[in-house]
Amino acid sequence: MDMTFLLQLLINGLVVGSIYSLVAVGFVIIYKATSALNLAQGEFLMVGAYICLDLLSKHNIPFVQSLLITLAFSALLGLIVERLILRPLIGSHLISVIMVTLGLSSILKALVQLAYGTDTIPFPEVFPSAPVQIGPIPVSQGYIYSIACVTILVTILTLFFKYSKTGVAMRATASNQQVSLSMGISVKKMFAISWAISAIVSAVGGILLGTIRGGIDMSLSFMGLKVLPVVILGGLDSILGAIVGGVIIGVLENLSGGYVDPMVGGGAKEVAPYIALILILMFKPYGLFGKKKIERV
Amino acid sequence: MLHINNAEVIYNKVILVLKGLSLHVPEGKIVALLGANGAGKSTTLKAISGLLKSEEGEVTEGSITFMGEQINNSSPEDIVRKGIFQVMEGRRVFDDMTVEENIIVGGHTRKDKAGFKRDIELVYDYFPRLRERRNQLSGYLSGGEQQMLAIGRALMARPKLMLLDEPSLGIAPLLVQEIFQLIKKINAEEKTTILLVEQNANVAFSISDHAYIMEGGRVVLGGTTEEMKANANVKEFYLGQSEGAEKKNYRELKQYRRRKRWL
Repeated sequence: MDMTFLLQLLINGLVVGSIYSLVAVGFVIIYKATSALNLAQGEFLMVGAYICLDLLSKHNIPFVQSLLITLAFSALLGLIVERLILRPLIGSHLISVIMVTLGLSSILKALVQLAYGTDTIPFPEVFPSAPVQIGPIPVSQGYIYSIACVTILVTILTLFFKYSKTGVAMRATASNQQVSLSMGISVKKMFAISWAISAIVSAVGGILLGTIRGGIDMSLSFMGLKVLPVVILGGLDSILGAIVGGVIIGVLENLSGGYVDPMVGGGAKEVAPYIALILILMFKPYGLFGKKKIERV
Repeated sequence: MLHINNAEVIYNKVILVLKGLSLHVPEGKIVALLGANGAGKSTTLKAISGLLKSEEGEVTEGSITFMGEQINNSSPEDIVRKGIFQVMEGRRVFDDMTVEENIIVGGHTRKDKAGFKRDIELVYDYFPRLRERRNQLSGYLSGGEQQMLAIGRALMARPKLMLLDEPSLGIAPLLVQEIFQLIKKINAEEKTTILLVEQNANVAFSISDHAYIMEGGRVVLGGTTEEMKANANVKEFYLGQSEGAEKKNYRELKQYRRRKRWL
């Protein structure tokens, strides 16, 4: 019994953690390319989830098509945000950029409230509900699809950054903008692509969360804050770190929810990631996989 | 091929760095641009490649024409696409990327897939050491290898004109010889025109066809390498060859300072 409880918690943690990873990857892509912290990441996720829900339940569009339209819309949203809000700020102080993303998060939240209200809206069932038996424990199919989805997406992104010309150019831009300019790389274009990819990735996270939870509301935007401990644990500029960090935080959250909450009467689940965050900052300020500066001697 | 006529460059709208610079780079040649620190050599290269903009600089007067087309203040991407590629001072490889990835980034503006693959091999043929280290992080290369990588990376863009900013900087003399011979070879085999900025006049003259000398934001002397080598001032101030040990009157130093108009 105890063992199944633990396994159940671990699986929950893994699923939620993998979604954290995804959103964190979106966060890291923007940070790496443009050195801006995007505090509106959670809102990108929320907007994606609501758009997909709208297409599914109001317009009765099949899931795959809805997903593709949502992703296209998110990419567009990312491009627009970059072009209208971030680009004019190129060269200005980092703090102003961060504040602007904070403002953007409020605007997006308000727009979603205007359009959809504040009540929880049930998310249509996308994946079959019958659970699959893995060993002793039943696992919902949504979980399995969710993990598969995250794995595929992260693999695609990894291959993109490793082998595609644009991906390599984006890494070059992240490494040194002036030198990238001298190679004929359009730094502005790379910034725009980063925002688009980041918005797409977050939207996928939002949709997966919607299907898992069975309903969405404004609390989805808190994911943006949840992602902070994840990226700081992994190292702000490391995609691998974001993935590992996401899983660790997800598991940590669920374990403390399962074991500590009954003892203290609740709340440990929400607090645990931030306690971890403080400990990380104290002992490993650059995170697990933070930038290793190469020092030549 | 490249004509700069009376160019003036101002940084931050106040600091005048190039004060009417004129020079000419003929197609297929190696032209050396020499001068002391702060003479404006790097600024000249950045004015050509368009990188000035990223440092708040601007060509305010005069013209820069490349193959008959004016390119003042064009964006760096457009200039790379037109066939000018700058190898920046101090190598500036992408430390956290592998050698091969650096080379791939160099060919960012290329469209032809087949030629792209072939040219990666070409770069490795010129610089066999890079082939050995293709999967290593470039930050761990030696200074000389990084310079080779910077030049190889430039080769990937198939530039018509390559701008080299002090390729000898911080590199052991023997390796400098090797790198300069490779530059000469690239010039001869790939028909790449080269504008070379150097502090080390000896090594620059060893491969250049023409040379200019800059001081205080202007070109003060110019000519074929042979003429420059024979010039008494160049000999004294840039090559360190003094004629005898007779005492000199300060007013006779650097006769060219007294000329009113330069080129």
